[in-house]
Amino acid sequence: MNLQVPFQAPGAPLAHYVSDKPFDVGAVAKLTPAQERIYFASQWRLMWWKFKRHRMAVVSSVFLALIYATLPVSEFLAPYESNTRHTDFIRAPPQAVHLFDEGRFVGPFVYGLDYKLNMQNLRREYTVDRDRVQKLRFLCHGDPYDFWGLIPSDRHLVCPPADGPMFLWGSDRLGRDLLSRIIYGARISLTVGLIGISISFLLGITIGGLAGYYGGWFDLLSQRLIEIIHSIPHIPIFLALAAIMPASWSPILVYFGITLILGMMDWTGLARAVRAKLFSLREEDYVLAAQLMGARTPRILLRHLIPGFISHLIASATITIPAMILGETALSFLGLGLRPPIVSWGVMLNEAQNMNVVSLYPWLLLPVAPVILVILAFNFMGDGLRDAADPYSS
Amino acid sequence: MLNYLVRRVLIMIPTLLVTSAIIFTVMSATPTNYFDNLVQDMQAQGEKVDTARIDFMKKEYGFDKPPVERYFWWVGGLLHGDFGYSFEYQLPVRQVVGDRMWLTILLSFSTIVFTWLVAFPIGIYSATHQYSWSDYGLTTLGLLGLAIPHFLLALIFLYFSNQWFGLSIGGLMDPKYFDAPMSWDKFTSILSHLWIPVIIIGTAGTGSMIRAVRANLLEELHKQYVVTARSKGLSPMRVLFKYPFRMSLNFFVSDIGSILPSVISGGELVAIVLSLQTTGPLLIRALQSQDIYLAGSFLMMLSTLTVIGVLVSDLALAFLDPRIRMQGGATR
Repeated sequence: MNLQVPFQAPGAPLAHYVSDKPFDVGAVAKLTPAQERIYFASQWRLMWWKFKRHRMAVVSSVFLALIYATLPVSEFLAPYESNTRHTDFIRAPPQAVHLFDEGRFVGPFVYGLDYKLNMQNLRREYTVDRDRVQKLRFLCHGDPYDFWGLIPSDRHLVCPPADGPMFLWGSDRLGRDLLSRIIYGARISLTVGLIGISISFLLGITIGGLAGYYGGWFDLLSQRLIEIIHSIPHIPIFLALAAIMPASWSPILVYFGITLILGMMDWTGLARAVRAKLFSLREEDYVLAAQLMGARTPRILLRHLIPGFISHLIASATITIPAMILGETALSFLGLGLRPPIVSWGVMLNEAQNMNVVSLYPWLLLPVAPVILVILAFNFMGDGLRDAADPYSS
Repeated sequence: MLNYLVRRVLIMIPTLLVTSAIIFTVMSATPTNYFDNLVQDMQAQGEKVDTARIDFMKKEYGFDKPPVERYFWWVGGLLHGDFGYSFEYQLPVRQVVGDRMWLTILLSFSTIVFTWLVAFPIGIYSATHQYSWSDYGLTTLGLLGLAIPHFLLALIFLYFSNQWFGLSIGGLMDPKYFDAPMSWDKFTSILSHLWIPVIIIGTAGTGSMIRAVRANLLEELHKQYVVTARSKGLSPMRVLFKYPFRMSLNFFVSDIGSILPSVISGGELVAIVLSLQTTGPLLIRALQSQDIYLAGSFLMMLSTLTVIGVLVSDLALAFLDPRIRMQGGATR
């Protein structure tokens, strides 16, 4: 403080000069435009900047965005329909796409497959026939489908060659194309997590919010319940809940049953986080200020408290999505979850349960790859989001 | 301390009661029961259905009584070690379970020890070498371990060991020891099979523990007492092991409480894939055939195991860190 206070006689009224000129707060320390950009940036903008610094998280989000973008157009992207059978090509090995045939450029094509049943060990043997060059077709007419169940169409991005099949990732025991099924399966496997997380979000925010704001007996009761749910091993309970779903349920009902189970087991962590945050944020000065200004409870909650930690909630939700995807995969893999004709990655892996089969036809394990990639991507993205959720720390 | 111990043990009782109620509700919520399925199967196979025998069995197992009464009957039995009767095996549950429970406990315990042994040095190394290349590498490895699902890892392990070494890693012991009584040979056979499931189940816990230890230790390392100790001339090693290390040790014990349920859960799935002689494969079979006392008792045993494990970790923590005792019940 370098204010010059003039020396005054004791008891005299304080000389007090107030300027009429408008006062500009920023005039004391002028911010450069660059500084202004940072200091006046909104919370979400700060988060975005912080998120961008996490390279893996950005790459993962792009990857996930791409994968989720395929969901509405699976029919168009998949070369075959999900349940088209090729009885002549049962458990055919993956075919490679080539560009050059004996040094001559022909564009993308696959070599023909020859099938022979080995009578000695009854194994199906496929040999690549180098003479048959089968060119792939693009934006062509293939298996018919109803786009979104409404518009009948048969247009595909890539079609098998006119004179042979195309199994880029092999085919399964009914001669269905694995690649097409993985593309279709993404639809189920990736949405289970989203619906499950919405259920757990709803439960978590409501119960955690009530417990955190009102406290008292409700808090006590919900805390005990959460502690109990936390202390029982989840997967066995999942199994039990999935096992009691009647076999007569339609696949769609089973799908919703599974998401409900996943959501119901998962809300506890979120409820705890909400409650803890509410407990600590309730005591903040800005809440007191709002109360003093006469704001009502709902306004304080919705306007002041929830925006303060919604970013944390989103981050922690992202981290639990992989657990849900895995839950579905595990249940379906064990035959307790979704059932054919629904196609999900877990349902496909169900075929890979028998090691004797897998050691002969290893491509049946391929659905493991998208599961692991998606889960890793969600983990990295969640990591980045969690770091970004608190943009004011370091 | 004694006060705390008593309180924690007392809390266990309602927890287990509610758990048993949840499990029983889930188990008996099916629209059909084992007997309906049995009758259906028999009819499907063209056998004559002996209604008198079915009715007798229903009565014997209390299926003519309301569920609430059956629940108390079941819980009452559990209290004095009677786990009920398995319909499918026609044996008391206790005999069906046999060694499997002990093997499950052995597997979970070994997994926890493995988690400790691996996560401990890695976590400390990462924290003290923050932002170095090895730190990035190790934390990424930890994240990978956390992200790759147990049962898929088990499948991949199975496939490659089959493909490259031509050996089957399934099972928890040599098949010839299945029904043999415990002997030195059987024990060594179990030990030689144990490490694969332990690694598979342990990866996730190890991953999360590395991250947690690193974060926790990093926070401690920036505290004032560390700076003070350093400025007074203590060597970095000595500072590390004298103060922050001990703080993170607390955390180490407490984290077991949260890892244990997932270790047991994951263990069940891996056991099914690798066909281990633990509770997993039997549990899923029991669930599928609605053998409710077998399945229910299994679930109850697993939950009890978890609750006791968490209790032990809480008590150890209270022993290590006096601040916890002062706060009362909830430690996590």
